[in-house]
Amino acid sequence: MRAARSRLTFSGRSSGADKLFEYGVLAIALSTLILVWGLVLKLAVDAQPSIDRFGPGFIIGMQWNPNTEMFGALPFIFGTLLTSGIAILIGVPLSIGIAVYLSELAPPWVREPLAFVVELLAAVPSVIYGLWAMYALRPFIAHSIEPFFMSFLGWTPLFQGNAVGLDKFTAGVILAIMIIPTVASVSKETMRAVPDSQREAALSLGATRYETTRIAVLSYARSGIFGACILGLGRALGETMAVTMTIGNANRISWSLLDPGQTMSSLIANNWGEAQGIQLSALIEIGLVLFIVALIVNLFARLMVGRIMKAVPTTGGGL
Amino acid sequence: MSEQKANIGKATEEKVAMPHKGGNSMIMVVGAMIVVVVVIAAIFATGLLNGGTKESVTLTGAGATFPMPLILKWADEYYNSTSHKVKINYGGGGSGAGITQIKDKHVDFAGSDAPLSATDSSTYGLLHIPETLGPIVVAYNEPSVVNLKLDGPTLAKIFMKNITVWNDAAISALNPGVTLPTDQITVVVRSDSSGTTFAFSGYLAVVSTEFQTLYGQGKSVSWKEAIGASGNPGVAQTVLTTPHSIGYIELSYAKKNNIQFALLKNQDGNFVTASSETAAAAAGSASLPAGNGDWSHVSILDAPGADSYPIATFTYILVYKELYNDQSKMNKTAAKALVDFVWWAVHDNGQSFSSGLYYAPLPASVVSLNEATLNSITYNGVALR
Repeated sequence: MRAARSRLTFSGRSSGADKLFEYGVLAIALSTLILVWGLVLKLAVDAQPSIDRFGPGFIIGMQWNPNTEMFGALPFIFGTLLTSGIAILIGVPLSIGIAVYLSELAPPWVREPLAFVVELLAAVPSVIYGLWAMYALRPFIAHSIEPFFMSFLGWTPLFQGNAVGLDKFTAGVILAIMIIPTVASVSKETMRAVPDSQREAALSLGATRYETTRIAVLSYARSGIFGACILGLGRALGETMAVTMTIGNANRISWSLLDPGQTMSSLIANNWGEAQGIQLSALIEIGLVLFIVALIVNLFARLMVGRIMKAVPTTGGGL
Repeated sequence: MSEQKANIGKATEEKVAMPHKGGNSMIMVVGAMIVVVVVIAAIFATGLLNGGTKESVTLTGAGATFPMPLILKWADEYYNSTSHKVKINYGGGGSGAGITQIKDKHVDFAGSDAPLSATDSSTYGLLHIPETLGPIVVAYNEPSVVNLKLDGPTLAKIFMKNITVWNDAAISALNPGVTLPTDQITVVVRSDSSGTTFAFSGYLAVVSTEFQTLYGQGKSVSWKEAIGASGNPGVAQTVLTTPHSIGYIELSYAKKNNIQFALLKNQDGNFVTASSETAAAAAGSASLPAGNGDWSHVSILDAPGADSYPIATFTYILVYKELYNDQSKMNKTAAKALVDFVWWAVHDNGQSFSSGLYYAPLPASVVSLNEATLNSITYNGVALR
């Protein structure tokens, strides 16, 4: 006790020191807000020439032609949403499966190392994923996966053309692989946080392992899992290097997953070095559009989380 | 109970006492680190790590990937021939990026296969110095077909997606006796702003009025249904790993990666293969403007001559006529080093490496032209040579 108290120096008058601390921390918190606002403002200012020239038609413009100086964002918004959609479609079920296994079913000697490995995958740099996708994933997809889908889905507009492997499908798959560590880890943590009383209650009613997981754990952890998916979606929307190495860099809209495409972030990565004048301005406007798309997705997600939160049973209610 | 309290008190006291002992060694560690930092700073300050000479110069260039293998070879050789005094860094990135960077004065020189517009070269005061020339080949990945023969109009149709399969009638007509596969052709193009695209699209525009109308010549072209890759190396890699694909790259990339390329029919009607010699033949009749003139119409595409390769292009080093400006960090030593390097490169010392890397040595007339251009470069108004 004596030793602990000796470390309290009581420097400064109590109220003054506390106020200083409060304002200091407030300043730091505000600085992040200022950073974000500064970013958006700078984007908006630099995109002004392009906004003036193309107006709202930029969002639905289909061309990206530096020669005629006609620029439009639609092919890239399409590419971003499509590849992120594929990533979510493939990645989320796998992630939830991994999370359920790690949280509910794995024996402790499996859980620790496996969880560690899953979290490790989140630390792999995106360009490494891109390199691996180019040399290992792409041939596998082009030779095995795509022909498989083409054999029974080849009549749909989604699987038209050649299985070359540099297309939206491969980009979607690598994005799925990249978001799995994040979504799985956060979902697992959410599920671990579900109180055992919930599981015990379900089991005491005679539920099977699967029913317990579904009723007691998943529905309780719904909002957390949804939050994890939004995190994953956020990463997928902005991912650049891995996408630009696998998507085929074609600035046009095509419904076939086997056709090359382009996303907003990949377009910027490809063109920023040489863009000048109105093209640079249009590129910055693309950045602004990407920011707004991410914002809308996040707001929508929060709305959904709000709805889900209302349905979540609170602990001790009724029992 | 009090015994336990005493014990706990002792334990906390001991635990609290530790940091003081640790504090001594902490101070020693921090002190050692400071000494190390000071020593390293002193070493850098005296330039011991730089080989001790204050005259060493580093020049930075960026741009076209077309001549990159040759420029990197020059950088290597020049570093040795100047006894490690002049280091050249060349970053690639494509002609478009090179032009942007030299305009912004972020590099000392730029490489570009596409010449500047007349307005740009006069507004910015940039000189064109053709440092080499070479062929752009039509590389393809179709192992069953050797020595594919194509002509201009057919090539244009392939890249416009009017011809979509390998065994199209037009291709068969040019390759009698060859069994062509039925596979679809995958077209590979440049995704970045490229001088190679400029030359290639220029050729297609010359041989096909439809291409000229629908697409036109440019560093970027809105190709229909093609896969885009970044830089010459990117296109080479993509063609290499994509069966049934076709793309346009500089000859040395095709040779380095062992990719097959087509024979093209030239203006005289002969099917020629791309080589240092056939590219030199195409440059034979070129008439070039002065270094500070308008180079926007310079073209050796579809050149006349029995041995001329139809898709050959000069590639240019872009450099400021006046090397002093308050924005760049270029001092007089660096400026002189730059002029000396380019002089070395366009004469035999540099040109001797061309054929080995599948570029063509510059014709004597072009070397004389470059000499005049280099002699005109000034630093603060005073000529450097």
